[in-house]
Amino acid sequence: MRHRPHAPAGRHQSTTHDAGHAGTRLPRARPAAALVVSLCLLAGALAGCGGSSAGLVLYNGQHEQTTDALVAAFEKQTGISVAVRSDDEDTLAAQIDAEGSGSPADVIYTENSPPLEHLQEQGLLAPVQASTLGQVPARFNSPEGDWVGVSARVSVLIYNTSLVKPGELPRSVMALAEPRWRGRLALAPGETDFQPIVTAVQRAHGTAATLRWLAALKANAGSHVYPDNETITSEVNRGQAAIGVINQYYWYRERAQVGAGAMHSAIAHFAPGDPGYVVDVSGAAVLRSSAHEAAAQRFLAFLVSRAGQEIIAHGTSFEYPLAHGVHTAAHETPFAALRPDPISLADLGDGTSAVALLQRAQLL
Amino acid sequence: MVRPSARRGSICGGVRARTRARAYARAHTSPKRTPKLLLALAALVALALLAPLVFLVQEAVQDGWSALHPLLFRGLTATLLWNTVSLMVLVTALCALVGTLAAWFTERTDLPGRSVWAVLVVVPVGIPDFVTSFGWKSIFHSLGGFAGATLVMTLAVYPLVYLPVAAALRNADPAQEEVARSLGLGRLRTFLRVTLGQTRQAVLGGCVLVALVLLAEYGAFEVLGYRTFTTEIYTEFLVGFNSPAACALSLVLVALSLCVLGSEALARGGGRASRSGALAARVARPHRLGRARLPVLAGFAVLVLLALGVPLGAILYWMIHGGSSTLPSVSIAAAALHTALYSAAAGAIATVAALPVALLSVRHGGRAAFVLERGTFLVLALPGIVIALALTYFSERYAAGVLYQSSAMLIAAYAIMFFPLALVAVRTSVAQAPPALEEVGRSLGANRLQALWRVTLPLVAPGLAAAFCLVFLEAVTELTATLVLIPTGVQTLATQFWAFQSNISYGQAAPYAGVMVLIAAVPSVVLGRWFDRLPARRGAPARTGAAAAPLAEAAAAQGAIAR
Repeated sequence: MRHRPHAPAGRHQSTTHDAGHAGTRLPRARPAAALVVSLCLLAGALAGCGGSSAGLVLYNGQHEQTTDALVAAFEKQTGISVAVRSDDEDTLAAQIDAEGSGSPADVIYTENSPPLEHLQEQGLLAPVQASTLGQVPARFNSPEGDWVGVSARVSVLIYNTSLVKPGELPRSVMALAEPRWRGRLALAPGETDFQPIVTAVQRAHGTAATLRWLAALKANAGSHVYPDNETITSEVNRGQAAIGVINQYYWYRERAQVGAGAMHSAIAHFAPGDPGYVVDVSGAAVLRSSAHEAAAQRFLAFLVSRAGQEIIAHGTSFEYPLAHGVHTAAHETPFAALRPDPISLADLGDGTSAVALLQRAQLL
Repeated sequence: MVRPSARRGSICGGVRARTRARAYARAHTSPKRTPKLLLALAALVALALLAPLVFLVQEAVQDGWSALHPLLFRGLTATLLWNTVSLMVLVTALCALVGTLAAWFTERTDLPGRSVWAVLVVVPVGIPDFVTSFGWKSIFHSLGGFAGATLVMTLAVYPLVYLPVAAALRNADPAQEEVARSLGLGRLRTFLRVTLGQTRQAVLGGCVLVALVLLAEYGAFEVLGYRTFTTEIYTEFLVGFNSPAACALSLVLVALSLCVLGSEALARGGGRASRSGALAARVARPHRLGRARLPVLAGFAVLVLLALGVPLGAILYWMIHGGSSTLPSVSIAAAALHTALYSAAAGAIATVAALPVALLSVRHGGRAAFVLERGTFLVLALPGIVIALALTYFSERYAAGVLYQSSAMLIAAYAIMFFPLALVAVRTSVAQAPPALEEVGRSLGANRLQALWRVTLPLVAPGLAAAFCLVFLEAVTELTATLVLIPTGVQTLATQFWAFQSNISYGQAAPYAGVMVLIAAVPSVVLGRWFDRLPARRGAPARTGAAAAPLAEAAAAQGAIAR
């Protein structure tokens, strides 16, 4: 594969060379030089074909499982093509920060509200159309109207059913600090889903108590510090760790992937109103710098339309749709039956205070 | 160096030749004179390599020292420092042991199947570190922490010591050992005092590369759940919107790699490994293993099983037994094509860029050239995301984002990241190409470019090819800079592998790992063997070592995988 592209150029090169210096053959130089020349040309050609899309550019921090189906349906319905760039939501937000007004992105779609709140504070988002915002209960949208809530998840306990009896389960996330969880707790401090819980704990118990709680979690987790919720889910399911806190949909996805027979874990809710019991909102926004604002607004409208919300309700994302009158098809606690901590999206903010606490606790 | 050829020109008579030679001699009264074009080109390359460091310092100091102080001076930094340094020291020592022993057994003993083992023990260098750790982790779930990281990294990177040591043993003069034996030194003491002395520089060179690779490793440690400076830098980039913390930690990483390079310079010291006869190609008589044969064979079998069998076995296992994934599937052919194109272009650019720096450093020497050359090694210790963000920053700030997220910028990032590897390979072969030949060419009427093209280039061709291959192999497995800079909508094998791997969709990740190994490992073996045989076929056995050396040393320069 590597040699094929430069073979024709190599022949061409040697003909011109021969014409200039007939009789002095130094054949070894030519393949190497021709390779270099032709690959430079190739690089130049490649350089021209990047980022010249006529449709929308979507910065996707949401799981690809969710986004892919939504994008396909939107493209089919509207004929507008969407180029998707997937990465971690905070990386994408930081990238938009760096790109500023030159950002190639038209729409950003994230797993959690803090990155959207951050971009809104920076003045990088355009207002969402009122009709789009109206599809979703107001408490799940940006208080400023710069982004719309699309779906939601809830944080739950995951525990290994042979290592933890249901009777032993803590009723509060604060109880995970107890010494009986030493060496048994799985923790993902770098996971963006963990920050809202830290913020909720801080709001309920204050900074000093939150730092003590984080220190105890760190001690209990020991070597079970993982990069993300996917890893917590699979390690608890395997019995490497006994208990952890995740968002409910990771457990359903794990079950969809490995099959119900391979599940050795279960999930449980905290007591109503507990700071560990947090609803996270996934949302989307249009960039102020977008050159395709009309199409971008249409994409947002599609996300919260009946068609878009039904995809979320029936797909393998296992998130709760947020629009009025659409309900998840999965066998999980109905969204209306959840009794989470009443913390608002404004209180969750852009997550910087949670990150600062995690850094002070030396978990980051 | 110039005078003799000029004199020869006049002796030969021929008015035109004489005039030309005189003009040449006038223009080159000092052979050390550095051509301006070469200097300008080398400076340009150095500038491109310096850009990420400038960005790093600028970002780190942006919020002032008071913001950095609490982030740098805390318990976590000490923990990370301990994690990073203790692992680096242990793995480097283990690699030195395994690599040197394996090289000695394959090069100097009558080990059965030597040529086969020589290939098998090198192949792991073509398997990305994060694929190796994926293989181990997906089979042995509980593997992780310090012990897991030590095991996996040793198995993944020991060829970086094996390759240069094997090359050194092949080129070393067996006469020194024979003299030592004849003077009454025992077998073991001869090995310790003579053989190891001959290979010291090679062992050291390999160890430096191992240490630098470990400093910059990200993917493998992320899979194994082992926290080092580099994994923490990524976490800081991922969770905070403020990169200063990450940049400050990156500066610590740069300081650590300066320590590694400094201690190598100290340890290198004197020591000669010259042959008694200039290019006497006498092959050492292999030591007889005798009763040790079986245990040594078993050792090789275990090494190959662990380093090669487990990762490849895991890939095959997951390809056959992989479950379903909730993640959408992506065309593996398209990902492979993009990966190959980007990597090939980066290989070509890095190779071309390395030539002026190598020429400057070898032909014109000097302290500045030395610092310039060694300084490029710092790039190896920079996390890929730092280089990507630096390019983003400069493109947005000074070029209105023209090439941002274009293939060109991704290729440029690869070329910068892996430039040191290209330089090592090119430099080695430039050093072996006698400048006298080029001067003869000039004295016979070729201008400087013609002489470079027709004389020097053919002589350094193996080094150029090796440089290209090395950068190519590394770029194939690059992950973190790719995620930031890749054109929207395009996937490479590494990004897609990582997406599936992080989703614990091992069955879907495995084919991408398989194709990566095919693209990276198989050509490196084929190429290694080709270089080994090339000069022999031309009937110039004395140059075997010389031609094979650039590849061996360069292959050993295989740097930070999965950055």
